[in-house]
Amino acid sequence: MEQAEVMVHVEKRLNRRLMSNKIGRFVFLLATLFGLFVLALLLYRVVSEGWSYINWSFLTGKLSTDPNRAGIFGAILGTLWLMAVVAPVTMILGVATAIYLEMYARPNKLTELIQTNIANLAGVPSIVYGILGLTVFVRLMDLGNVVLAGGLTMSLLILPIVIVASQEALRAVPSYLSEGSLGMGATKWQTIRSVVLPVALPGILTGAILALSRAIGETAPLVVIGIPALLIPLPGSIFDKFTVLPMQVYYWTLDSSLVAEYANLAAATIIVLLLVLLLLNSIAIVVRNKFTKRF
Amino acid sequence: MSPLNQEPSTRELIEARRKKKTVGDRVERMIPSILFVITSLSVLTTIGIVITLFSETFEFFKRVPILEFLTTTTLKPLSENPQFGVLPLIAGTFWSSLIAMLVAIPIGLMTAIYLSEYASQRVRKRFKPMLEILAGVPTIVYGFFAFTFVTPLLKQLIPGLESTNILSPGIVMGVMIIPMVASLSEDAMSSVPQAMREGALGLGATKLEVTRKVVIPAALSGIIASFVLGLSRAIGETMIVTIASGSTKNFTFDVTQSMQTMTAYIVEVTGGDAPAGSTVYYSLYAVAMTLFLFTLLMNVFARYVSRKFREVY
Repeated sequence: MEQAEVMVHVEKRLNRRLMSNKIGRFVFLLATLFGLFVLALLLYRVVSEGWSYINWSFLTGKLSTDPNRAGIFGAILGTLWLMAVVAPVTMILGVATAIYLEMYARPNKLTELIQTNIANLAGVPSIVYGILGLTVFVRLMDLGNVVLAGGLTMSLLILPIVIVASQEALRAVPSYLSEGSLGMGATKWQTIRSVVLPVALPGILTGAILALSRAIGETAPLVVIGIPALLIPLPGSIFDKFTVLPMQVYYWTLDSSLVAEYANLAAATIIVLLLVLLLLNSIAIVVRNKFTKRF
Repeated sequence: MSPLNQEPSTRELIEARRKKKTVGDRVERMIPSILFVITSLSVLTTIGIVITLFSETFEFFKRVPILEFLTTTTLKPLSENPQFGVLPLIAGTFWSSLIAMLVAIPIGLMTAIYLSEYASQRVRKRFKPMLEILAGVPTIVYGFFAFTFVTPLLKQLIPGLESTNILSPGIVMGVMIIPMVASLSEDAMSSVPQAMREGALGLGATKLEVTRKVVIPAALSGIIASFVLGLSRAIGETMIVTIASGSTKNFTFDVTQSMQTMTAYIVEVTGGDAPAGSTVYYSLYAVAMTLFLFTLLMNVFARYVSRKFREVY
């Protein structure tokens, strides 16, 4: 009799524990789906608002205050010019820094300081880089708010990401490869140049492309260095004034309370921007999967 | 060496080769220095940021006493009788970040628990790239979403909501930070050894109990670090709040009203052509300095927590 009572009690308790486990599983799944649900909602919203506004004249037309004639060719061109500055600058500086830290630096206090510094730079809000760019590139070096100033600002912003990604790629190169090269009599630099770098390159490129896509979508630093909302001539060199896709989204969204159709134009520009980012990310995935050698 | 044997020995050849400095040798010796100079650029960036912010902030505090800046609850930079109190901006940043974290912490942590403890390998492989997409959406897109979709939606639920308010960008910012909290927490939870889970499961614990009593305590330092990094991200976020929360410098507790954050103030001042040398212009740097210190402190704290309190197995 007593034993049966205990059994009932144990059974009840067990059922309760199993039940709360089931409920937990369900709630955790719901939470995971929530993020994806918002993503789907966001994409649906953007596409439904903007899709009908995308046509050839929108992609190749110049900026205009008339919603029916406005085009984003200048912004597309500006984004390309910005990439033309950011990509080489970050690749050269990022890879060089990574090689130094992984291959040459001795493990001392200075190296540790540099490494900590890079980690901290990655956490500095992008708008602070904008202020640095405004003060140093636009005002002090007197470049004005041109492609070069914007590009250098963006380069500083994504440099920590490129450095860390490159370091990881270099670290992943098996040590027996470089040891073999050194053992055959190659010098350190020869080994790095002809053995380590080629193996690490896909990893470095993947990281660099992902960092570049961050730069393309970033708006705050460019707002701060003062990219004009005015109708400006198409940029033809790195010393010309410019605008980029996210800036266009920004101005059209702000003005959408005045002219309702600007919201549609902003959505259409977002579609173009997201497609560019999708393209870059696909390239990064292809590079990573196709060219990475496994040892 | 005998005069008959004119051929130099191998050893002599090597010695001779060593003495001769080729171009390659020179490159070999210069490379580390060149690389070091480039590496020091990243340190220079930090120094640049600190010097820029410090010197201009110093200039600002010559005109507006630091105590007045930190304790005044009104910010009227462009009025006849300008007042420079940072508190309205701190309030704006506080509310937007608080709302964001109220969304990001529970949902991000629960997502991490699901992916790390419940989901099968296959499901995890499906979900993780999708979360990465969520993290890769530019912030300006979230700003557009908050302004043109979330605010009108919330207006139907909360009648008194202004068309620019701090609630809607706060929520959207929280969604933006979910992937960050989720992936960092998941990393911390995944690195808890399987043996510990199996030990608890073997004693009859359910998965929920294992998660609550074994995995989360073991991964706590990493989880807290993910919260702090998420918060730092929220404080520094610019475009969402600039677009959706307006530019009213409001010191209030009512989140349905328009409020300006520190970041949005910086955007407003730089976009408004404040003449260089004016007090308004310098106030920009004082606000940026405050922002920089806040985020730096959090990042340093997050790294300290995850390093100091990490349980090593």
